[in-house]
Amino acid sequence: MRIVAIAVFWAILLALLYVLRRNRSVVFWPLLALSCLLLFNLFSTPQFYQLDWRDGHLYGVPIDIINHASKVGILALGMTLVIAVGGIDLSVGAVMAIAGAMMAYMTVQMNMPPWYCIAAALVAGVIAGMWNGFLVAIMGIPPMVATLILMVAGRGVAQLITDGQIIIFNNPTLTFIGNGFIVIPFPFILMLIMFALTWLLTKGTAVGFLIESVGDNEVAARRAGVNSCLVKFLVYVFCGFCAAIAGLVQTSNIRSADANNIGLNLELDAIMSVVIGGTAMTGGRFYLASSIIGALLIQALTTTMYAKDVSPVVAPVPKALVILAVCLLQSERVKRYLASRREAV
Amino acid sequence: MNRRYLTLLITAAVLVLLFACGGVWFNNFLRLRIIVNLLGDNAFLGITAIGMTFVIISGGIDLSVASVIAFTSIFIAQNVYDGMHPLLAMAMALVIGFLFGMTQGWIISYFALPPFLVTLAGMFFARGVGFIVNDISLAIKHPFYSETIRGLVIPLSGRIRLPVTAQCFLLFVIVGTFVLGYTRFGRYVYAIGSNEASARLMGVPVDRMKVWIYALSGFCAAAAGIVVTFYMQSGNSSSFVGLEMDAIAAAVIGGTLLTGGVGGVPGTLMGVLILGIIQTLITFHGNLNNWWAKIFIGALLFMFIAIQQLLSRRLATRAAG
Repeated sequence: MRIVAIAVFWAILLALLYVLRRNRSVVFWPLLALSCLLLFNLFSTPQFYQLDWRDGHLYGVPIDIINHASKVGILALGMTLVIAVGGIDLSVGAVMAIAGAMMAYMTVQMNMPPWYCIAAALVAGVIAGMWNGFLVAIMGIPPMVATLILMVAGRGVAQLITDGQIIIFNNPTLTFIGNGFIVIPFPFILMLIMFALTWLLTKGTAVGFLIESVGDNEVAARRAGVNSCLVKFLVYVFCGFCAAIAGLVQTSNIRSADANNIGLNLELDAIMSVVIGGTAMTGGRFYLASSIIGALLIQALTTTMYAKDVSPVVAPVPKALVILAVCLLQSERVKRYLASRREAV
Repeated sequence: MNRRYLTLLITAAVLVLLFACGGVWFNNFLRLRIIVNLLGDNAFLGITAIGMTFVIISGGIDLSVASVIAFTSIFIAQNVYDGMHPLLAMAMALVIGFLFGMTQGWIISYFALPPFLVTLAGMFFARGVGFIVNDISLAIKHPFYSETIRGLVIPLSGRIRLPVTAQCFLLFVIVGTFVLGYTRFGRYVYAIGSNEASARLMGVPVDRMKVWIYALSGFCAAAAGIVVTFYMQSGNSSSFVGLEMDAIAAAVIGGTLLTGGVGGVPGTLMGVLILGIIQTLITFHGNLNNWWAKIFIGALLFMFIAIQQLLSRRLATRAAG
């Protein structure tokens, strides 16, 4: 039974890869990398394909991967749009901490109903995004510098909200966000919903075109009548919103607001997912689905290393090699070399 | 008034203001000892920030420095533990840091990749390799550390002595100021940061220069790692996560423009001292929590970036008009 399921899974995956390759889709490359990793695990770590059905939930390593990849995936959605307009947001990790602190503060200190807490956290994220957007779009500060400010100060603000304490909460609604299951883990469902919304917003309307035009050539876009300031501003606000949701997921998952550690270094993982997904750091075309695959790839890599008994402290090395390989594949020089090889053949 | 000196002047004013505040609020603040401690305690940050200043002026960024510091400290601790003489271990660490930076610079220039991503990979790589060397905090027990290094102090007045960490810092400041301001290397760094394309047209060997600039940053980070072992008398592969952001902040507060082309080592020295004073003030106060340091540094960053933005806008309109 399990062998049939694995065979069906691989048949679908290979068919998908074939179609993507035929259409010269950007999603092909990260999905190929993910498939290679899965193939390696097919032979070396059989438990990688284990799915169990218990109490109406699915359990197993694949479920763990999609569960843990969710928060980086949600961050990567906002980050993709920010990178698409030629920007970068270093503050998402700190914004996650602020949102988590806000939620915990509202529920424990103010005794607010859970929906108010969630709303307050999201508003905090949006305000953080507005601050970044104000600095980048209206004051014209280079994005890396502008978002560095909130990256440094944001954790301080989060600690200010929690008064330096780790606030523990156990409201069932709030803990559901990070721990709940509706057959599959709730964070993953949340990520799918966010992905669908972002996709509809950008590809279903002209917003995606506006973002790409600003990222590709801002002057040309402005000459053509695009309000590039507004586009940039809103993209940063959206990124702050995504960061707040990711912050809710992580805070709820550990049932406590730890202002020092929530979202620590996740901005780097999010940027990595986007770059692995094929969106160029210089802006322009962006690929949402590809960024999500990038997030899954990073998590699958980490899980593989745990499964292979690689000490978690060594985990950064393979991660570094993956980023480097992806960067090299995107470099003009390597592309030219590969193209010349292809012509020679 | 030259814009370069104007931002430097504002930085100096903030520094003096912070000192004055300390003097007014606390009795024992304006003492030589505080200044000596400020230099000694922030030496590793300062040395890193000087390397970072070169990189940022050339229009790049180096995120790997904190990991290189951690790696160097554990590398030295492990080798001394295994019986190597500390001086040999330090020399090897400096060479490794230099070569590591060179490799990053080569990848950045040869493949024309964004420095942000390459040094991000370098950051993960160096951190992981540090953990492979040893994943515990390892004390350094060697007569060279417990006697020679502790004896290398310059008596200033009374019982106040300048520790070796502060001496290293000041040495780097002097050499850095000289190299950046008065050599061809320094001129090239400014030229690349101001406009890479025109620097290339003028005949600046941009690609080769980038390799050397990142090598310099790697070297400074390794030197900072050595200073850390003087200061801590131990090595730890998990220490200093996020120090690269402090180094960048110190450079920016010191008037270095993150878009490249403007800045200097004396400014960075002042930036480091400002960060150090904020920490000292909070320690002196006793009731203020550490997060206020983060918020305050963020506010300072915002102030300096906003000032730089206004100045460069005014210059741009003047040039256009």
